[in-house]
Amino acid sequence: MRTAQYVLAGLSAGSLYALVALGIVLIYRATRILNFAHGDVATFGTFVALTLLGERVPFSGALLLSLLAGAVLAVAFYFGVLVTAQRRDANLLGQVILTLGLALILQGVTIAVWGAEPLPFPFPISDTRTFTLGGVVVSHLALATLSVGVVGSVLLYLLVQRTRLGLALRATSENLSAAQTLGLPTRPILALAWGVASALGVLAGVFLAPALLLDPFFMLDPFLKAFAAAVLGGLNSLPGAIVGGLALGVAESLTGAWISIQFKNTLAFVVIIVVLLVRPEGLFGTEFKERV
Amino acid sequence: MDLVESYRDDLRFLRRPVARSVVLTLVVLLALLPSVAPEHHVYILTVIALTAIGTIGQNFLIGFAGQISFGQAGFLAIGAYAFGHLRILGLPFLPAIVVAGLAAGLAGVAIGFPSLRLKGPYLAIATLGFGVAVYQIFVNWEVLSGGRSGLAITKLEPLFGMSRATTVYYWYLLLLAALTLAAYNVVSSYVGRALVAIRDSEIAAEVNGVNLTRYKLFAFGLSSFYTGIQAGLLGQLLGHLEPQMFTLAESITLFVAVIVGGVASIEGSLLGAAFVVLVPQVFAGSREFVPVVFGATILLILILEPYGFAGRLAKLRLYFAMWPLR
Repeated sequence: MRTAQYVLAGLSAGSLYALVALGIVLIYRATRILNFAHGDVATFGTFVALTLLGERVPFSGALLLSLLAGAVLAVAFYFGVLVTAQRRDANLLGQVILTLGLALILQGVTIAVWGAEPLPFPFPISDTRTFTLGGVVVSHLALATLSVGVVGSVLLYLLVQRTRLGLALRATSENLSAAQTLGLPTRPILALAWGVASALGVLAGVFLAPALLLDPFFMLDPFLKAFAAAVLGGLNSLPGAIVGGLALGVAESLTGAWISIQFKNTLAFVVIIVVLLVRPEGLFGTEFKERV
Repeated sequence: MDLVESYRDDLRFLRRPVARSVVLTLVVLLALLPSVAPEHHVYILTVIALTAIGTIGQNFLIGFAGQISFGQAGFLAIGAYAFGHLRILGLPFLPAIVVAGLAAGLAGVAIGFPSLRLKGPYLAIATLGFGVAVYQIFVNWEVLSGGRSGLAITKLEPLFGMSRATTVYYWYLLLLAALTLAAYNVVSSYVGRALVAIRDSEIAAEVNGVNLTRYKLFAFGLSSFYTGIQAGLLGQLLGHLEPQMFTLAESITLFVAVIVGGVASIEGSLLGAAFVVLVPQVFAGSREFVPVVFGATILLILILEPYGFAGRLAKLRLYFAMWPLR
């Protein structure tokens, strides 16, 4: 029974890692860029949600507006910075470093506007009230987190696999030049990918904030773990991100329970290194061939 | 006109008279600085000197060999704690620094092995994972890191009647000069060309007879050697080491220094190091703007001048050399 408890806790944390990892993988698939600013965009969106909640905006409204804020920020970055750099023939490494620049700017802005002190995040779903299913005790928040993770993943699946927009996105991800030749408007499509990915990140951030106190660096650890999850599942595989996130969450929870609470956080980085040593493309990823 | 008539001429350090006089003036100014400037400025220049050593090292890996690395914090931590423990065991300053550098260099080679077949984003993530993992290990393993109170290091003795700060300043400048000369040597040799070939096209380099394994491992080892020395020098300067000094932020700071100063450029490394040390000084009252300035500078550099400060400087020199022609 204790094991089931830990597994459930791990699934709950893992679903958030999966949401963040989905954002990372979505952008990587579409543009081959590793978005180092993902965590900081999510933090920014969560702080926006905090401000809105402080202004007595109802929770659902605040959530939607903060998702929008994150998406707008990402799209603005895409058109303002990335497209400008691409017009000047920036290579892939240069674009990754540009996301690093955005991350730094967002860190500074977040500290400047909201301060560096940890703040509590008012959340309508309680952390302390619990359900008891069988022998397992689960808090309302953990259950809500799990459901949000599942719902978010399902919605993304529907978008990518069942809509024409998703088809266009998959086409652009697979072969940019072919998509352009076919007349697809690739820049707006990629902007959409950035927007959706960042919105997923903000969603994860808003659900992580009640458990961890909200400070400008609260997404750093989850972001790194989401990276590990994305690598584990395969950087260009959306289902891989979900599986990787859940697997990492459960593995982390069990490691904390059985091995040592101190090295619980190190697991993610060990996973990264082991996966990259043994099978760099992860569980579900496909290898990119290098052209001469 | 800059006419080079033989390969030997091309390789000469400070070939042009202008370059010679500029560098000579710079050396004289730096040597005279402690007698005219307040101690705070001497301290800042000392920090710039040690940061420059690490930046040159990282430039070998990121700029010349083209391998993206975010694991700097890991090598910094290994070098620093190796130095700290050696000093505690009684080893004098110079041998301890060299051994600390070697320890970090060995760690670099160890990380280099799995990195041989990783490219681009995968290498970035792997090195990122390494850097954070090392930090976590040091935080959790009190024997190595001295736990909450950190590790204390005996400060250097003042020499020749100068103050301690001035002695440290001159030591560090000497080390920087020696390591910079060594760096120029490496870069203008076969090794340097091999690294650049690896960066530009691994397959073409291999076809041309460059042993990828050997030179990639060399790049990792050499850059970690320099980075380890930086960390040891920092520990000596502060007299104190704790794990919080080696977080991801340090990796990013070194990375910013390399990019902003100029990839694949040793003068650029010096400029980049000065940049990352001076910006926090300028914004000392409002620390939160430091990452904004770093980030904005990275964006501007990458969009407007991909070769960084050194690239802009080179273009200026070219402009004046070609004047009045464009």
